[in-house]
Amino acid sequence: MEYVDPLTGFRVDGRRPNEMRQLKGEVGVVARADGSALFEMGNTRVIAAVYGPREVNSPTLISAVQNKGQQVNSKEALVRCEYRMAEFSTGDRRRKPKGDRRSTEISLVIRQTMEASILTDLMPRSQIDIFVQVLQADGGTRSACINAATLALANAGIPMRDIVTSCSAGYLCSTPLLDLNYLEDSAGGPDVTVGILAKMDKVTLLQMDAKLPMDTFENVMGLAIEGCKAIATYIRESRKINGLNMLKIADPSVHVTHRVRLAGWMDGFQCSGQEI
Amino acid sequence: MLQSKSFVKKTKQGRIQKVVREHYLRDDIYCGFVPCSACDAAAERKLHADAAAILVVDTNVVLHQIDLLENPTIEDVVLLSVVLDEVKNKNLAVFNRIKALCTNKARRFYVFANEQHRDTYVKDMVGESSNDRNDRAIRVAARWYQSHLGGSVKVMLITNDRDNKKKAIEEGLNAETVESYVRSLGQPGLLDLVVVPTSGDVTMEDVEDHRPSKKKVIYSEHKPMSEITSGLRCGIYHQGKLRVNRYNPFEAYVGSESIGDEIVIRGRSNMNRAFDGDIVAVELLPQDQWHESKSFIADDDEEEEEDVHLVPNSADDAPRNTSSTQSTVGSSAPSVSSRPIGRVVGIIKRNWNSYCGSLQPMPMPAGSGGVAHALFVSKDRRIPKIRIQTRQLENLVNKRIVVAVDSWGVLSRYPSGHYVRTIGDIGDKETETEASILKFTVASNAVTTYLKKLACKNIADVTNFVHPGTPLDEEAAQRGTSVYLVGQRIDMLPKPLTEDVCSLRADVERLAFSVIWEMTPDADIISTRYTKSVIKSCAAMSYVEAQARMDDSRLVDPLTVDLRNLNSLAKIMRQRRCDRGALTLASAEVKFEIDSETHDPLDIGIYQIREANQMIEEFMLAANISVAEKILKHFPLCSLLRRHPTPTKEMLEPLLRTTSSVGLNLDVSSSKALAESLDNAKSNDPYFNKLIRILATRCMTQAVYFCSGDLNSSEYYHYGLAASLYTHFTSPIRRYADVVVHRLLAAALDIAKLPPIFQDGPQLTGIADNLNYRHRNAQMASRASVELHTLIYFRTRPTDTEARIVKVKANGFIVFVPKFGIEGPIYLSPKGDKGGDWVVDEVHQRVTKPGSNISHAVLQTVRIHMEVVEPQPHRPKLQLTLI
Ligand SMILES: [Zn+2]
Repeated sequence: MEYVDPLTGFRVDGRRPNEMRQLKGEVGVVARADGSALFEMGNTRVIAAVYGPREVNSPTLISAVQNKGQQVNSKEALVRCEYRMAEFSTGDRRRKPKGDRRSTEISLVIRQTMEASILTDLMPRSQIDIFVQVLQADGGTRSACINAATLALANAGIPMRDIVTSCSAGYLCSTPLLDLNYLEDSAGGPDVTVGILAKMDKVTLLQMDAKLPMDTFENVMGLAIEGCKAIATYIRESRKINGLNMLKIADPSVHVTHRVRLAGWMDGFQCSGQEI
Repeated sequence: MLQSKSFVKKTKQGRIQKVVREHYLRDDIYCGFVPCSACDAAAERKLHADAAAILVVDTNVVLHQIDLLENPTIEDVVLLSVVLDEVKNKNLAVFNRIKALCTNKARRFYVFANEQHRDTYVKDMVGESSNDRNDRAIRVAARWYQSHLGGSVKVMLITNDRDNKKKAIEEGLNAETVESYVRSLGQPGLLDLVVVPTSGDVTMEDVEDHRPSKKKVIYSEHKPMSEITSGLRCGIYHQGKLRVNRYNPFEAYVGSESIGDEIVIRGRSNMNRAFDGDIVAVELLPQDQWHESKSFIADDDEEEEEDVHLVPNSADDAPRNTSSTQSTVGSSAPSVSSRPIGRVVGIIKRNWNSYCGSLQPMPMPAGSGGVAHALFVSKDRRIPKIRIQTRQLENLVNKRIVVAVDSWGVLSRYPSGHYVRTIGDIGDKETETEASILKFTVASNAVTTYLKKLACKNIADVTNFVHPGTPLDEEAAQRGTSVYLVGQRIDMLPKPLTEDVCSLRADVERLAFSVIWEMTPDADIISTRYTKSVIKSCAAMSYVEAQARMDDSRLVDPLTVDLRNLNSLAKIMRQRRCDRGALTLASAEVKFEIDSETHDPLDIGIYQIREANQMIEEFMLAANISVAEKILKHFPLCSLLRRHPTPTKEMLEPLLRTTSSVGLNLDVSSSKALAESLDNAKSNDPYFNKLIRILATRCMTQAVYFCSGDLNSSEYYHYGLAASLYTHFTSPIRRYADVVVHRLLAAALDIAKLPPIFQDGPQLTGIADNLNYRHRNAQMASRASVELHTLIYFRTRPTDTEARIVKVKANGFIVFVPKFGIEGPIYLSPKGDKGGDWVVDEVHQRVTKPGSNISHAVLQTVRIHMEVVEPQPHRPKLQLTLI
């Protein structure tokens, strides 16, 4: 199958290879949570809710956490994460067992990525719980979860070093492609998921389960990083608007050159109500 | 702008699921018209400022009129993405041709992504068929062009669909049929390229079939696709690719996975309009109808007959012997074949192409300039005659022409097609050579084999000059191989590379890729080293020269001594290989001596194999095996290897039947057993053993390239060489496979990075498949070239010679002429007189004339007369008769 049309250069959904899908973010979607957010990358839709920081005092909880290999340190906040996929999120409404290997792995990835940006030492003896659920899966769920978690943490007012954003890129038809959708993702080509601390320009997450020659890998990873930066810009540019408390984030007036273009349809996202 | 496309689809498990896909619409797609100022200045532009009209074509115009579009008079064409997608789904071959037109810088064909454009995307409407929706999309795009370009140039929709044309005109568009548009150009010759529209389309005004007798139904209707799919599912029908017997176009085979055997299709009416290479659906006939038709040399009710041709080298190009155990003499009960017989009920995918051939001689119609109907006869016998109409009959008779097939209705005996182009005069050597190249669409290269430096196996380092991804590389990958045509060459790589830079010559430094072995005098390999090297050969010599040196016992110079040492090593290696069970196969390769002035053949004979050839061959085999081991170790999933499938019992059956008729029993249980029984196949006839080997060789398939990730390691086996691993490394100048292997080896040695294409499994498989395809075509082309030169040679030299009977038929037998490497039929009774007064004993492969003691049996020697006759003017053929 041709994932990049050889004559028009367009991908199956009409994007160019270095274009991202339409982004949409919304905060405060779960009233009872301390912070929450909905994040969409095209048809991939993810919801995140944050509870905390709150006091950690239950010894049973601590031992349960320790069983998972997580160190509990009274001087730092304890971050926990639970990832779930809604049964209706994929086309085939298959019943997925709770706590399967993939979920456990993604939970761990999200937690570690978030820990890298949360100023945990400002919140000793406390715990932060992040719940992430995939409502609709169309490729790039991992990245969407991280972006949603970032928004929810910011919404909860949890102090962070920097915002973490994530994006994936793949390599199909000898072309690096940004932000694979499900169809492209299931082509079986190599794909790289990257998470960065946007302002500090540091990579906090890098995942790839395929082999790629070094120079190709660098191109693909570079494209994914550009994607992360574009998402960060999207979040920053909309942060002044309502509800979203990101005062703890350092001033984002950093100049980044964007090689990535958001697709031509993006002539301005909506800024009304709770949408960012 | 964002559109959601949602549809339901069925998963592999049979569940229904709803799929929602995003579809992005854009405002950065431009019109491609050179003088347009509204579009982005940097956008690509192809449509010329002084175009008479911008043509927007619909899908059927591309599918059916591709020959017309390829004609340079047609320019300034807009190809919509909706059209291209439909073409791609319906006919990949046509899609590749239109793609080539669109990417050709010299042509003014512009691709407009209408499905992605904000203003030309159309939503599906409820109750609208996808055809109607696409027609609407085409009209919307044409309207966009019209309003975007304003009055600066005329925009014209070209369609043969009556309904679409009417709607377009109602919507204020300019619309024309192909024919009326071409007519308006005022070039009558162009009209021959226009394909006659089929029913439902606008009809051509002056087309009429003048033969009412043809109106009767000749073939049964093809089943509708829905019926075929359900028939396939419940096992009534069987799907497979149809292969027409190269030597008997009235017989075809469909390899069916569901049956696990080949289904035989007999006769044109059972083939039901299927072409060679079509994917067809077949229905089995009731078992009591699986009669063996008596295997006549010329079959069926038509005028076709067996030709004299080159001896096949493998089962891939040999006829499958279908006459299995036949009833003995005198038995009148029809025997039942062990192989299933079927008939074609539908065609799943067409493999129509352009074919090269000539018009069947016919009386000139009175007057000229009008439309004449003619029958086209392809050079490829597997292709039926094709009916064409032309306005230039007088220019086409006695010419080699190219014709494309368009349709084949149930009412007509032959398919209809149209003229594409003329190659030249029939019989003209250049024309014929081009024709044979065209027939197999390949490039060629000649043999300039020099003995490379002789201490190790050095292979010219082509990959140093051919870098992955460059145009040179892509071209070579396309060509895939070189073809050996008699007295002519077209190179896979440019001449300076082939002949100079990459040829190892005496006393000149050359880059090379070497495999260096350290060996004991018993030819045991102590160590193997692979390296890039700079080689200065101390001698470059031909096989003949090397052989002469080795044979001349007076020579004791170091070079000759080296040669002899290498030769003794090679002999040990060869022996060891044979002990492993490698087959010494034989083929009848023909060599021509060509007149340097006229390029006519002066002499032909069997290519002589010298010890020097065998010596080099042995080292080449060893190098290939060593390299295969090395690359597979480093790249278990993406190595390009070569395997030779073990022949099935069924494939060896013709050989066994022949040998058992002369009382020889071959053990075919393994390659080793076969090798041994071939060695033991002796008689007081000195040629007997070679003959059996030739017959054995042609029962086997050819070796093929494959990607190591696609098969289990047990399937890597090379039967003929009895080697568990094999690849091609030694001839990168003339074979692209070797270039690929060089890159793998370089990457394995950390000399170079592995090109990204090796990460792409399907693409690598595609390369392997293309190489196999090109190699086969290359072989067919060079065989055709040899056949042509054989004909030229015998035209002035009628010859008497010895021949061997290889197969007995009801009205004659097939003989093999060892001296010239050809085979052909000898008729015992006149044509049409089927069987005559001869009695065939199939078990003993013998024909006897009752009441006399005259009989002929298989493998027997006969003396024959060879002569070129011209039963029809300009159609010379070689005829064999018994003396
Ligand atoms: Zn324009």
